[in-house]
Amino acid sequence: MEEYRLELRQVSKSFGEVKALENINFQLGRNEIVGLLGDNGAGKSTLIKIITGYYHPTTGEIYFNGHKVKDLTVPKARKLGVETVYQERALAELQTLWRNIFLGRELCNSMGFLDIQRMRNETHRLMTESMGFTSHAVSPDSRVGKYSGGEKQGVAIVRALFFEAEIIVLDEPTMGLSLKESAKLVNFVKGIKEAGKSAIFIDHNIFHVYNVADRVVVLDRGKVAGEFLTQNISVTELMEKMVRVAETGKFD
Amino acid sequence: MNSHTNETATEVTQDYKIPFSLRRFVRAYSPQLGILGVFLTLWFIFIVSAPDTFLSGRIYSAFMTSIPFFAIMAIPLTIVVIAKEIDLSFPSIMAMGMVAFSFVYNGTAFIGNGTVRVLLAMIGALVAGTIIGWLNGIIIVKFGIPSLVVTIGTQFFWRGAVLVLTSGTNFPLTYIKETFLYPVLVGKIGGFLPMQMVWLIVITIIGWVLLNRHKFGAHVYLTGDNINSAELMGINTGRVRIQAFMLVGLVAAFAGLLYSFYIAYFWPSLGDGYLLNTLASVFLGGTSVFGGTGTILGTFLGAFIIGAIEAATVTVGLTGFWTQLIYGFIIVLSVIMHTYLRKRGE
Repeated sequence: MEEYRLELRQVSKSFGEVKALENINFQLGRNEIVGLLGDNGAGKSTLIKIITGYYHPTTGEIYFNGHKVKDLTVPKARKLGVETVYQERALAELQTLWRNIFLGRELCNSMGFLDIQRMRNETHRLMTESMGFTSHAVSPDSRVGKYSGGEKQGVAIVRALFFEAEIIVLDEPTMGLSLKESAKLVNFVKGIKEAGKSAIFIDHNIFHVYNVADRVVVLDRGKVAGEFLTQNISVTELMEKMVRVAETGKFD
Repeated sequence: MNSHTNETATEVTQDYKIPFSLRRFVRAYSPQLGILGVFLTLWFIFIVSAPDTFLSGRIYSAFMTSIPFFAIMAIPLTIVVIAKEIDLSFPSIMAMGMVAFSFVYNGTAFIGNGTVRVLLAMIGALVAGTIIGWLNGIIIVKFGIPSLVVTIGTQFFWRGAVLVLTSGTNFPLTYIKETFLYPVLVGKIGGFLPMQMVWLIVITIIGWVLLNRHKFGAHVYLTGDNINSAELMGINTGRVRIQAFMLVGLVAAFAGLLYSFYIAYFWPSLGDGYLLNTLASVFLGGTSVFGGTGTILGTFLGAFIIGAIEAATVTVGLTGFWTQLIYGFIIVLSVIMHTYLRKRGE
């Protein structure tokens, strides 16, 4: 039996009376990029937050590399190699760049004292090597709040990469980016695959998703409405199907 | 190719450093420098207006005697405010700690040694304060009620508990003077430096280290700055906030011990009158009520400004009626200054 990097079985999530997700079965293979599509309120963000451990599913099971994981939390998911670039970017804007890069997993000794110099060094290295930031405004000690939208997104992405992620979740990463920045990002997602990692990619722009994904999963009203391998479907067909699903809840 | 790899390797091992620049320094430390400016300006005004008083050591000895009682509580309160919470219950915790103190002391009469009894009673007070702080935090975090509302409630509750448990009576604590703990807590080094000032410095340093060099402090800043981001990235913001309230409880009980030892007496009203001084020290020091920013040094200087104004207005030749007016004026002016500096820094 093939072992998936990540698998959800019969996952449902309710918020009180509202069923956000219903009996979701979802697989992410090794070295695979899965695009997640669906209208607003289809349940994409809820699904993401279950994978990252932020929400606990009401029912259902989560498997990492074939092993069932109970009570997934954010730190646990990160240990299992899930790194996320959230739609809301999850930055602390009054804090410095190095504090944001290491947000939630600060480098410290066994007593909990911070290794500030090492974090600043690493931040500086990441900035110049990975992000390609050369502007003087961006330094390890500058506040993230004054960065441009693209720079902020760069911080969120580099942060996800730094920690040797196996699964990278990108929730609307091109939102608020310029065309040029978006193109850069799409290339970057392709690079994830070349590096042998897996990714889940959510974007409102269907062309971005189609271009990078091996497979797309379409969500509608909390259910999986369908899955397609991108090699078997043209982008126009996919778009037509998306519209039909949004209107009728069915593909045909 | 080889040389390139070597280059990268040296780059990584070399510490990231930037050459010192005054502009960057001023920008990075603008809240501390701002309040330091206010502090020095006021000091200068005091010295010029009443040189006899402010050029002699006696007034400073007096400041160092009275200011630490509320200043030490302002340190953990700063941490709570940076985490975007507030605590108004600490004056009652001071008194409640002393109630625990007397319970433990009276309950250990079977131990012959008075020093041991006082020591146990002190531990009892500190534990009680920490537990009350923990309860504050639990109510705020688990029920999701704003801390302003919760601690207004617990402030009344614990003051009420003090009055019920002591039947509103006051009692002397003269026995503490016979133990070595008395000089350790509130003695005077060389007849000039009060021990409570030493304790204030110790707690200030611990507070600074916790906030700036420890993971806990990093999480406090992140929680106060953007609690949603902090949670998405896996920080247990509930635990961070509960721990911050526990620190306030612990230190408030300690402040209660210091003050009661100093006067060798217990009053059930212990702590009344410290609420606004302590809060004012925190905000005067540049800690933002919106969370995410604030400094320990600012609070430390803020407390001394607050503590000095009262004595200063009188010695400068104004009547005591002026005190509050000047208080208010300086607080409002400083908060405007901090807001301006923060906007420029962003």
